[in-house]
This record gives sequence, structure tokens and C-alpha cells, in this order.
Amino acid sequence: MELKRVVVTGLGALTPLGNTVSEYWNGLVNGVSGAAPITRFDASKFKTQFACEVKGYDPEHYFERKEARKMDLFTQFAVIVADQAVKDANLEDESLDKDRIGVIWGSGIGGLRTFQEECVNFANGDGTPRFNPFFIPKMIADISAGHISIKYGFRGPNFVTVSACASATNALIDSFNYIRLGMVDVVVSGGSEAAVTEAGVGGFNALKALSERNDSPETASRPFDKDRDGFVLGEGAAAIVLEEYEHAKARGAKIYAEIIGGGMSADAYHITAPHPDGLGARNVMQNALRDAGIKPEQVDYINVHGTSTPLGDVGEAKAIEYVFGDHAYNLNISSTKSMTGHLLGAAGAIEAVASILAIQNGIVPPTINHFTDDEQFNPKLNFTFNKAQEREVNIALSNTFGFGGHNTSVIFKKFSE
Amino acid sequence: MSEIAEKVRAIIIDKLGVEESEVTPEASFTNDLGADSLDTVELIMEFEKEFNVSIPDDQAENIATVGQAISYLEEHAK
Repeated sequence: MELKRVVVTGLGALTPLGNTVSEYWNGLVNGVSGAAPITRFDASKFKTQFACEVKGYDPEHYFERKEARKMDLFTQFAVIVADQAVKDANLEDESLDKDRIGVIWGSGIGGLRTFQEECVNFANGDGTPRFNPFFIPKMIADISAGHISIKYGFRGPNFVTVSACASATNALIDSFNYIRLGMVDVVVSGGSEAAVTEAGVGGFNALKALSERNDSPETASRPFDKDRDGFVLGEGAAAIVLEEYEHAKARGAKIYAEIIGGGMSADAYHITAPHPDGLGARNVMQNALRDAGIKPEQVDYINVHGTSTPLGDVGEAKAIEYVFGDHAYNLNISSTKSMTGHLLGAAGAIEAVASILAIQNGIVPPTINHFTDDEQFNPKLNFTFNKAQEREVNIALSNTFGFGGHNTSVIFKKFSE
Repeated sequence: MSEIAEKVRAIIIDKLGVEESEVTPEASFTNDLGADSLDTVELIMEFEKEFNVSIPDDQAENIATVGQAISYLEEHAK
């Protein structure tokens, strides 16, 4: 059976750097940090008091109040970016067969704020259960895909992938697979997360996963820097419309790039710590390259997972040297998490958008906040420190790894017929 | 209008996102005010909380309009 080609025909983004795709991209190429003191709750007693929040967000700008009240923030973000991408790809066209348009979304956590509020209400009561009837349908991670399908009448495959910080990349790979197998024409994919809550920050603090650089939030996310001390929690979403190539061509859709491969692997090592030699990271990149049918030398840019944790960055860099050999030193590597923070289950979505736009614009966004070299990293590796670099990017690979030892990589290529 | 009636109307306006003028005594939550079954459950819960009453399910089923809610609560509110 011949696999079909799959292209990207629509994008949407709502990120700590900007609330549209173009604002997001401008923030990335200009090396802007999205970190600032937490506004979503009083964090004064928390070890970490800053995060990368979406700025100037007013739900009533996007939704009727009644509608917004029934959606957790992570679903609001999902619906907003899906709307941007649906309009960008012109999927509201009446002539499209909506039975063959799916929604495959990613979220690592789902409605954490909703869960927290309902449990707190119960705990503050006298034991009488007064749970809101919208509690469960607001909280469950899959409701994001449900809302998007209801809004547009997309009746194809519909679900959400949950693999912690790899979630959205799993969603992209699933979407890619269903389309290339011919089971569906179009999938609205992506991911969203809104975990900047007491439970989210407190939980990650307890794991010692977050940076505690409260005196300088904007320099806290510093992947591959000697003084990195953990990741910066982010929130937001991005949507990517994937479409079967002939279908896109027939309707004259604008094509951003082609998705040519996806890889998955597990560390099978520890619930939260990455494998010290990056074994799972090696395997996943090799799997993706094999799936794409390309040689390592063909890759120009790697958007790394690079969360700015002491261990994670080391394993990933080792894995890159292992997989790419000498070509590792010709690559541009960057962690856009240095700017956006870590959007957990949505990371793969916003980083896919960054990779696609790097291809389209011939610019590699930087790894900002590099101050001090760390001898654990080979100085021959080009991490695109501090300033964006112009480079013809024909092929970009994006890594995301999740707690549980889930690893995913996806590969995009400049489109040509 | 009684204080209870005013509170009931305010809850309905808030939860269902409707205009004040639509909230007439005859207005049905589902047929006129756009509520689905979950919205109706939420309304009943809000009435219970606001008026400190417990509305049994078999009686909640008979509260389908604004007027029915007001008269039930005027009778049972503590």
C-alpha cells in the first residue's frame, strides 16, 4: 500500500510570546522571554513565583461568557488556536467532506484548574457533595478535541493523546499516520495546556523540576547554560492543520511545509528522570529519520526538547552527537523553551509551529539566556545561542520528551512538488 | 417582586447568559432560555446553595420555568 503525502495547510498559536502566529514568530526571532511573575494566583509562598503566562488574555474577547464558563482555560486555548488554524486553512468551506476531517489534540494534564477548584470546594464544605455538573466535562483532557469538533462539525477521528510533555507530538504523529494511511483527509492537530495553578506550580516544585530564579524570571529558562536550574512553566496552545497532499492541491490550499516522519520510543528507565545517556532520545530520533527515509546529514535544524533542567539537556545533547555524528556540528540546534517556557503537553505543538516557520522563513530562532558555557556540552555544537541565525532550513526535526519516559520526534520538510 | 424572585432571576441571568427581559415567569429554561440538561442541573444546584435548601430530584424535575422556580423557593427557602 502506498502511503500518501501529508502537508501543513493551517497554523494557529496563543503563546507566552504572542496571541497569534505572527506575534509568536516575531517574539521567537527577536529572542523575547515570555517569563514574568505569576498573575493567575497568589504565588508568594511558592518556591517558584514566575511562569510564562499568555499575556493580556480576556476570555470574553473570544467567547460569550456562558460559553467560556463551561470550558477550562486549556480548552479555551484549544478552541482559539483551532479557530485561527481552521480559518487559515479555509476549512469552513462548505464543499469539504466533514466526515473526513478529524481532530487529534494533545494535552498532558487537561483541566487542572477545574479539578483543583472543585476539590477545594468539596473540602471546604460539610461533606455534602455539591460538584458542578460541568466538573467532569470541563476537566477531562479529551474535551478540547470534542469542543473543536462540535464547533465546526468535523466528524472524523476525534481524541486527545496524553503522554505528558510529548502529548502534542504524539497527536501530530497520529494525525500524520491516519492521513497517510488514507483514513482521513484532514486533521486539526495541536495541543494546549493551562497548568499555571497552585496545584501545577506546587506539584512541579515538589518534584524540584522548576527554576527558582525568582529574582530574574526572564533569564530563568537557560537551556544548555551552566547555571540552568530547572524549567519554567508555560501555558498556551498551537494548532497545526495536516492535510493529504492531493486533497490540499485540489482545493488550492496554501502549503507551509510537508511532514515526512515521526518517531516514538520509551526510556523504560525512570518515572521522571531521563536516561543519562539519552538512550530513548537516540532511539526516537533514529526512528523518525528512518520513518522519513532520510539520512541524518539532511537535517538542518533540531528544535530540541531542551527544558533547561540539569540532567535532561545533557542526555539530549549526547543523543544528538550519537545519532548525527560529525553532522551534529553542522546543525543548528535551539531550544525555544528558553523564550516560551515549557508548555508541557502543548510544547510539541508550539515547537512544531516554530520548526515549520523556521523552514518557511530561513531563520533559526535562538536559545536565549546563554551566559556561561557548561563543559558537559561539546563546544562544537551550535545551540544558536542568544541570537537568531539565518539559515536555509530544508529539513527540521522537533523533539519532545515526557515524564514517564515517553519520547517523540517529528520531521518537517520544505515543500516542493 | 420578592427578594427571592430577584435573586432567582439574577442567578438565571448569570448562569444562562440571557438578557433580563427574557427572564419572564413563563420562560422555560430549556425551550426559551437555551439551557441543556446540564445547565438545568447547575441552576438547581445554585438555587440550593443560594437559598440553603435541598431540592429532591423528583421535585427538581417539576421546576422547568422561571415562575416554577420562584414559587418553589418562596415556599421552601429558609
